[in-house]
Amino acid sequence: MDPFLLEALLNGVLLGGVFALPVLGLNLIFGVVDVIWLCYAELVMVGMYAVWFLYTQAGWPLFLAFAICLPLVALLGILLHLLVVRPLLSAPPINQVLATGGVLFVLQGAATLVFSTEFRSLGVEMPPMELGEVFVSGTKLAAFVAALVGAAVLWAFLKFTYVGTAIRAIARDREVMPLMGVDPRRIYLIASAAGGALAGLAACLLVVQLDVHPFVGLSFGPITFMICVMGGLGNMLGGFLAAFLMGLIVSVGGFYGSTDLSYVVAFLFFILVMFFRPQGLFTR
Amino acid sequence: MTPRAFRTMKDMALPILVLALLACVPLLSPPDYLMHVLITVLLTALAGTGWALMGRYRLVSFGHGAFLGIGAYTMGLLWNYYGISPWIGVPLGVAAAVVAGLLLGYPCFQFRVVGHYFALVTLAAGEIVRILIIALRDVTGGSLGMTPHQASPGDAFAAMQFGKAGFWWIALVAWALGLLAWRLLDCSMASRALAAIAEDEDAAASIGIRVTRTKLMVTALSCALAALAGALTGQYRMYLNPESLAGLGISLQIVFGAIAGGMFSIIGPTIGALITIGLEESLRIAFGTQFTGAAALVYGILLVLFMIFLPRGIAGLLERPPRASTGRKAPAEGTVPVA
Repeated sequence: MDPFLLEALLNGVLLGGVFALPVLGLNLIFGVVDVIWLCYAELVMVGMYAVWFLYTQAGWPLFLAFAICLPLVALLGILLHLLVVRPLLSAPPINQVLATGGVLFVLQGAATLVFSTEFRSLGVEMPPMELGEVFVSGTKLAAFVAALVGAAVLWAFLKFTYVGTAIRAIARDREVMPLMGVDPRRIYLIASAAGGALAGLAACLLVVQLDVHPFVGLSFGPITFMICVMGGLGNMLGGFLAAFLMGLIVSVGGFYGSTDLSYVVAFLFFILVMFFRPQGLFTR
Repeated sequence: MTPRAFRTMKDMALPILVLALLACVPLLSPPDYLMHVLITVLLTALAGTGWALMGRYRLVSFGHGAFLGIGAYTMGLLWNYYGISPWIGVPLGVAAAVVAGLLLGYPCFQFRVVGHYFALVTLAAGEIVRILIIALRDVTGGSLGMTPHQASPGDAFAAMQFGKAGFWWIALVAWALGLLAWRLLDCSMASRALAAIAEDEDAAASIGIRVTRTKLMVTALSCALAALAGALTGQYRMYLNPESLAGLGISLQIVFGAIAGGMFSIIGPTIGALITIGLEESLRIAFGTQFTGAAALVYGILLVLFMIFLPRGIAGLLERPPRASTGRKAPAEGTVPVA
């Protein structure tokens, strides 16, 4: 096989790993709270700035900066839920989406005011690794592994803890669960924190690969929503698989054409999926 | 013209009086800056009116920026490469946007893509247009934007290149067309049909409403107004840019203006445009170079507050108790009002 095509395929899988975390986070929020956080990519952006600031400006060790990033963005998720989502829980869905769209503007604006529109780079690069006949960026590989670990931790949390079980139950039937003694308010709050923490983890993985700027969220935000819907809203495994599918489309499309056009292909694919399988690609 | 739209002389008198008064504005020779702001308000109001035309029937599009872009770039490319005057290019741009809207809308409505899904499909479509404009950088200038060629002074009229006063009249006519479209729709059966569809598609279909056709009609109208606003904005600024004429950012701004003003009232989007542009300009003065960030910050906070406390917008405060069709807040699907 053409080594360059092989490299494109491999990069597609690695890209899919990066898409996977925000997709899982969005899915968790949607499945449990039934609200789309339009500003999800902007939460990731805030996390990226936090790591960049702590590491390059405050001179903290990188892993300490990562360790702060997670709870920080989780806290943001809680605030978002308390201040914006909770007052709108019984409002029409579109009002909820628009309100979180307002938060998108708030976060972009705040980032512009504090950090200006300059592109900030962390300046960390791991040596490329040789796998067979192709070279893979070490940073991308490390991020990929971390994404898989994050997804596994989320899975274990949902599967083996009491709260995780309650979360899955409320996603399945939000009317009966309160009668079973589960307080939905508490579950919503926990899900929002978990969704935030996933955004924080995604931020740690992205900040080593991408320059941070206030509008960085727009470069991967739309596609994560699409992946999330393609996998089936609320369907974790479907979203996870769809992330890799989209990663491959973007990467292989970039190999045959240009990166710009590969996104056009990916978005067209999404629109077609919406026409023919709106319940999600991987939903039975 | 549907006779119900203007049944009496009195119904006609007020709009004509307002238009006549507004048409006189340039005669007072206001400062250039004020004229600039007012023209921008009219064109923004037109885009918002177009969006709200379908938005109020729960056809919420997050991709209306695309239609601004299609209108503007069709016009600009025709002028720059083929020398076709914007007088012809603007209608062609509008036609192109309508075709694009129908091509997207038909399968959407046929396959019952509604609610969140419709919003995301339109978001994808808007992004596609933005990326295509950037990807075709050899033709469109990509992210750097595009400047329509300056016409020689003798040909300025034929090239639709006017000073502020001339453009004020063009913008005014375009804005009035938008309101006229709204009014005609409101007084037609289609408006009742759309309200019924928004409540319950199956029920609407069962009583003989042609769901897809009615939705396509309002989509075409909405895209046409958005494209008209986009093309005229490009022509007025003499600068076309993919970020300000396509993509998620501008699409959300259109939505914000329409919502803040009130998307259920004919003057709502215009009030919204007055607020957003007024806000933008005062923030520009207050913050200077920090403007971009501060404007987004204030917009965002207002959008959240509007959604929580005033979901019907400013115009919602002024209206009579709403009719059952559009006024009732439907319970969110699948949610229990907790917390």
